[in-house]
Amino acid sequence: MPNIWHQYSEKVMEHFENPHNVGEMENPDGIGHVGNPMCGDIMELYIRVKDNIITEAKFKTFGCGAAIATSSMVTEMVKGETVEEALKISNQAVAEALGGLPPVKMHCSVLAEEALRSAINDYLNKSKKED
Amino acid sequence: MRKYARKMKRIYLDYAATTPAHPEVVKAMQSYYSNAFGNSSSIHSYGQETREAIEIARKKVAALINARSEEIIFTSGGTEADNLALKGIAYTSKDRGNHIITSSIEHHAVMETCDFLKEQGFRITCVPVDKYGLINPEDVKKAITDKTILISIMHANNEVGTIQPIAEIGKLAREADILFHTDAVQTVGHIPVDVNEIRADLLSTSAHKLYGPKGVGALYVRKGTKITSLLHGGEQENRRRAGTHNTPAIVGFGKAAELAQKELQHESKHLTSLRNKLINGLQKQVEHIYLNGHPTKRLPNNANIRVDFVEGEAMLLSLDLEGIAISTGSACSSSNLKPSHILTAIGLQPDQAHSSLRLSLGRETTEEDIGRVLEVLPQIIARLRAMSPLTKSSMQEKTNA
Ligand code: FES
Repeated sequence: MPNIWHQYSEKVMEHFENPHNVGEMENPDGIGHVGNPMCGDIMELYIRVKDNIITEAKFKTFGCGAAIATSSMVTEMVKGETVEEALKISNQAVAEALGGLPPVKMHCSVLAEEALRSAINDYLNKSKKED
Repeated sequence: MRKYARKMKRIYLDYAATTPAHPEVVKAMQSYYSNAFGNSSSIHSYGQETREAIEIARKKVAALINARSEEIIFTSGGTEADNLALKGIAYTSKDRGNHIITSSIEHHAVMETCDFLKEQGFRITCVPVDKYGLINPEDVKKAITDKTILISIMHANNEVGTIQPIAEIGKLAREADILFHTDAVQTVGHIPVDVNEIRADLLSTSAHKLYGPKGVGALYVRKGTKITSLLHGGEQENRRRAGTHNTPAIVGFGKAAELAQKELQHESKHLTSLRNKLINGLQKQVEHIYLNGHPTKRLPNNANIRVDFVEGEAMLLSLDLEGIAISTGSACSSSNLKPSHILTAIGLQPDQAHSSLRLSLGRETTEEDIGRVLEVLPQIIARLRAMSPLTKSSMQEKTNA
């Protein structure tokens, strides 16, 4: 089914064409680096945290249109959230915010969720050590 | 479905998937829908009319591959031709042996038919390919046993475009007295194909890859070769393929074959030069672009490239938004999320297969089209590379190394 992406919503296309928060971050407070066991794609997510609130998030993704759009969306969604709230963001929530994803592309949103978790865990581990 | 939004001339670079029917083909077909609509099996003049038209088309298809008319069986397409060749020979020859030799880069129509035959108790040997996608005839020779009944090796690969040494394989098959089938769907009408020169006993072809209509193809079966029919229920095609003839499509196929024979020389030269312009232009402008397949033993119209650090579906999508249609072997774009078996067979790592694009040119491709791809694709690559976590570390590694 090479044409699966024709099922992408307008929102997905918007975020694919003009993704938000692309790039690396200097001295991030947390870094998430995850690979997709399904198709083998890679996502990196960086967060800056101030007073337990995520003030900034950025990403780099090697993956399909859905992977890029979900990365973009998840970095938007976490901004301004507390660390605890951010941990509750699920892949379904990301997919919903994008107006849905084709079923075969749901695993790409899982990658976004995992990248976020891994960035937050990295932050929590680091801050524990500093305590 | 999202409608492709911007107004611009669309550029089709997926001729390996299918080609548009030539206007003359469409014209030739037209009178066989409601005017000369007779059933070719009918005895009256209506039947006579279509019978004649079908035989003329058969001559033209035969001429294109230097075969005789009676050696052509019309089918519903390349897939049926492959199925008929493999299953038909397997059933016919099962008392002689149960071993079939094929390759790791065949089209699904051959590959999955082999899988099916395996379940039926046949033994299948898949010979490997080198990094260019080339089969070594020696490997085929070594795989032969006294139980081997058929060798099926494609003429040129649909994805990476590598042209196989099938004349050599045909020769060694003949010497070993084993039937030789080749899936020539990608080559017939595009490069010279002569069934006698390559010593093929069976050869599959499809009309829609050579500017003919969809839904029609042919299997060449060398005179004297016994083959079991897949479809029963009628006298058509010498009882080897039952079912009322799809006369308009067969007539269209004949016309397409006739045109292809005339245009083949010129077309392959023209496309080779455009293709080289495309490949060289991209490699000049963008770093870390590699050609998949063989540099010279390749289809004139095929450019399959690997663009490191960028995923293929994202490039495909970006190009489509610019009105440029191509294809990719990336796992992300396949329903089972596995990279193409052909790219894996030539030794690409999963991430390299992810980054592969196929641009296939055709009769309507112009210099301007290539110019536009050379303008648009490097920008897309730059944009996606800027987003890719692989870019930085890998580029540094490569520069250091
Ligand atoms: S990243 Fe591979 S399918 Fe989405």
